[in-house]
Amino acid sequence: MAEIVKHARPKGFFENFDRRPGAIHKNMHYCPGCGHGILHKIMAEAIADFGIQDDTVIISPVGCSVFAYYYFDCFGISVPHGRAPSVGTGLNRANPKNIVISYQGDGDLGAIGFNNFIQAANRGENLCVLFVNNAIYGMTGGQMAPTTLPGQKTVTSPGGRSVMNDGYPMKVAEMVSTLDAPVYVERAALSTTRNIMKARKAVRKAIKNTVDKKGFSMVEVLAGCPINLKLNGKEMNEFIDTQMARFFPLGCLKDEADQRDPVKRTEGEHDPERVREALYPVKVQKGVDDDFRNPSKIFEKERKIKVAGFGGQGVLSLGNMIATMGKLRNFNASWLPSYGPEMRGGTANCSVILSRKTVGSPIVDKDCNLLIVLNQPSMDAFLPILKKNGVLIYDSSTIDPPKVSKDKIVYAVKASDIAKRLGDLRYANSVILGALSVVMEDCFLEGEDKKDFDRTFEEAIMDCFSNKESVIQLNIESFYAGKQAVQRI
Amino acid sequence: MMEYTRKILLKGNEAAVYGALLAGCDCYFGYPITPASEIAHTAAKFFPKLGRVFLQAESEIAAINMVMGASAAGRRVMTASSGLGISLKQEGVSYLAGSELPAVIIDITRGGPGLGNIGPEQSDYNQVVKGGGHGSYRCIVLAPSSVQEMCDLTAESFDLAEKYRTPVYVMADGVIGQMMESLKLPEPAQKKYDVPDWALDSVNGRNNMITSIFLEHDELEAVNIKLQKKYAEIRATEQRAEEYCMEDAEIVFVGYGIAGRIARSAVDRLREEGVKAGLIRPITLFPFPVESIMKSLDNAKIYFSVEMSCGQLIDDVKLAIECARPVKLINRMGGNIPTVDEIIDKCRKEVAELDKKAE
Repeated sequence: MAEIVKHARPKGFFENFDRRPGAIHKNMHYCPGCGHGILHKIMAEAIADFGIQDDTVIISPVGCSVFAYYYFDCFGISVPHGRAPSVGTGLNRANPKNIVISYQGDGDLGAIGFNNFIQAANRGENLCVLFVNNAIYGMTGGQMAPTTLPGQKTVTSPGGRSVMNDGYPMKVAEMVSTLDAPVYVERAALSTTRNIMKARKAVRKAIKNTVDKKGFSMVEVLAGCPINLKLNGKEMNEFIDTQMARFFPLGCLKDEADQRDPVKRTEGEHDPERVREALYPVKVQKGVDDDFRNPSKIFEKERKIKVAGFGGQGVLSLGNMIATMGKLRNFNASWLPSYGPEMRGGTANCSVILSRKTVGSPIVDKDCNLLIVLNQPSMDAFLPILKKNGVLIYDSSTIDPPKVSKDKIVYAVKASDIAKRLGDLRYANSVILGALSVVMEDCFLEGEDKKDFDRTFEEAIMDCFSNKESVIQLNIESFYAGKQAVQRI
Repeated sequence: MMEYTRKILLKGNEAAVYGALLAGCDCYFGYPITPASEIAHTAAKFFPKLGRVFLQAESEIAAINMVMGASAAGRRVMTASSGLGISLKQEGVSYLAGSELPAVIIDITRGGPGLGNIGPEQSDYNQVVKGGGHGSYRCIVLAPSSVQEMCDLTAESFDLAEKYRTPVYVMADGVIGQMMESLKLPEPAQKKYDVPDWALDSVNGRNNMITSIFLEHDELEAVNIKLQKKYAEIRATEQRAEEYCMEDAEIVFVGYGIAGRIARSAVDRLREEGVKAGLIRPITLFPFPVESIMKSLDNAKIYFSVEMSCGQLIDDVKLAIECARPVKLINRMGGNIPTVDEIIDKCRKEVAELDKKAE
């Protein structure tokens, strides 16, 4: 009796497929004649030969190979339909040691997930993509794939694929090879022994590229699905080699791995001191201590401030400077811009609240303590929300003196004129800030507070413009010009 | 060592990124969307500075799947989006929940449905708090209502995500995301977190695998039962709410995020007039702070759900008290924010009607 030669399973497979539920733990779940088994074997052999099992993650797609992790003795993960290259991106970016093989079928890669695939390719992710093209949907029962051939009958193209209705077979390898980033693109076939050996070479090369961190490699593998194509083994191979290969010619489309440097990825910095340095701006060292209390009574209550004007007048940054001033004096400060379409319509406003206590609603729509307006429409819109005894500061270069009841306190400053004289209309907000400092002195500040509040204003300006140092000096000049020019009406 | 104790002014969106970095977050994957974009801007600025990963994904779907990959690798990872972007991510979130992978997702909510607008609605409540994607899963949902909380809760969300192996949302409206407030930054994590033992990392050998497919019905049922047990534990241990003026409150406002803050101002005004009003501000939306609300039943005669949605939060308030008291809706939609006056007017009207009925 002839001796039966049993080849050992490649070492990259488990000895027993114990992850597979049910009674069968020796065989794969694939149908007879299916290409997945052959391709799995080539992969298993490669990851064992390269000694990379401890770092390899094989991504199972949605499709017949969803259970690929039953078989490979390495990490496995099953992912949403079409998203394997995105998951692979995350796996490899998070831990560049991970050698990621994205295993995908024609529906997964060519249809639902094409964008994720092509974008990962275009970024040059360090991934090995193995694309199994069998011209049909296997798992869901023989529907048309993007790679189904013209005239090919499937359950969703019962009259044969019509190019008028469904277009032409998708040439994935050709498309991806036109991109700059991918280093290796080849199309192989699992048909004749000769072709299988070529496919083996291509798959090993793609995996090796990934081990060497060369970037994006893809092998498109033409494979058989005899059950759904209703062909026997011989017919299946003929279909691949004659009909499929006509649309999907075999061969290497791109191989630049030798000319590429390895993809460089950094390790995240976690040293607390370094994290602090990166995040905490030096400017936080200014201001008063945490337990400091301003003696002036004015600050015992929540103070609601509204700043309004044209977009581009520095309304939002004026609000920011006021909030910063509050922060530097150890108040709870909130700053809320009006945002949305109105910003683009030319008017802008922001609400600023300074308080000792927790700030409730950050929106100033009533009971405003301080109203700053830089244009006429804002005066008309917001004067009604100014509270009894509230203070109004307005730009008298552009706005008519308002008619207000006697219980309001009104200050005027020719902010735009002064700013223009100093060289740029954008300094108008610092001119107003100068006016505000006079208002504070006149109306609110007591004792100790009076002494050093101007310094706080200056610090607020420096704080807000710390990334534009060149304008700090002129903003401070504008501040003092405003301080001189403001008039109580 | 420099002194880092002083407060700084940040936007809510920026503060969330600071919180994430201080908690050791290693990767950010996201797609730009208003009003959440400053999160991506800030992440793009700081993550690479610390050698960490920032990648602008080609789509919301790609972003959540990159999150899945990084999470499977055992690294701390986040993404951020808004309304419609979250809708797109839902399949991925379901996979994260089903595969028991931790991740942090920030949702800066905007107006809907459809393209809606970029105004501050809270209409993502149902899609974020109730699961959102397919399958019986829940995510922990934290609802900051200040810039300080944007920072602190985002930092904390990484611990919660890891503790329960579940995706955690930090959900804030456009106002909280866009406003600036003074905040005190927490201390950075003193050391890098450990790679979890289930992660796909060679420190764990190579036996780990991650999946959410279970063909056997009994097996999938067992997975679901395990998930529900986890959610029960989360309900039992993680409920959080701020109770404001609740000791003797007869009128109870329930509101989160910006709506909660406005309701707080309404409580202040009503208290000045001697009205016994109080606020329960849920900080966790899942788990919903049922205990806080139950505690209030003794004194409460009426509840108001203050929200910027069509009446989504109100369902959970009614469920929490099992409809034992009247629960009324005070809401605005479309990007409008209820004013303190509106809240007080509606409250007065409903209370007057209630009193009339009582007579």
